[in-house]
Amino acid sequence: MLKLTEQIYNAIRRHGEETYPHECCGVLLGRSAQDVNEVEDAVRAGNTRTDAAHNRYNIAPQELIGIQRQARERGLDIIGFYHSHPDHPAQWSETDFAEAHWLGCSYVITSVQNGVAQDTNSFLLAGTSEENKAFENEPIEIAVLEAERC
Amino acid sequence: MRIHIPTPLRIYTDKQDTVGVEASTVGEALDALTARHPELRKHLFSEEGKLRAFVNVYLNDEDIRYLPEGEATRVNGKDELSIIPSIAGGR
Repeated sequence: MLKLTEQIYNAIRRHGEETYPHECCGVLLGRSAQDVNEVEDAVRAGNTRTDAAHNRYNIAPQELIGIQRQARERGLDIIGFYHSHPDHPAQWSETDFAEAHWLGCSYVITSVQNGVAQDTNSFLLAGTSEENKAFENEPIEIAVLEAERC
Repeated sequence: MRIHIPTPLRIYTDKQDTVGVEASTVGEALDALTARHPELRKHLFSEEGKLRAFVNVYLNDEDIRYLPEGEATRVNGKDELSIIPSIAGGR
């Protein structure tokens, strides 16, 4: 299961709307417990695929190292990633699968149709190696902060 | 020197996010890491012994693939290696 606050959930979706018709991407920081990836923060990243940003994304390793360093200083881990699919369903593609290497992490995809965020789904990259990895549908639990309920 | 391990590979380093090794070159550091945690080797290197295409290793802020001396680059105790699998995809 992927747990995150409504604020973070909305921020991820808004990012996809802002970069439309290009794909957005970012990194989810938090903590992993058994069967749960709990998100504490979502960090926006640049999409280096300027040659095909409408249907591809790539995060520069150097930017990732910086994000990983920030996470470490805050006592958090990289527990997942997000990106958008402009005018395309919120389902992983063959490219997403081939390029997924962070086993145990959550890959969140938001469909953005005509500039408006639609479905958001999460897929856990299960398995123990490149040879047996598989995407599994992962439920998303959105926590509403107490202050927001009042 | 310190080697930073990404989340998915920590199951092979007894959950440690950072491993300290004694080494004078990048290659020695990676050898020391995989000698201590042998299961890591096949996740980092191909059968031919080359870094797998999706595995990036950075010496501080430099990709070791583009260092003039590659894995023979000398390191000191303050240097840091980061292992970062690539992040990419698209519809």
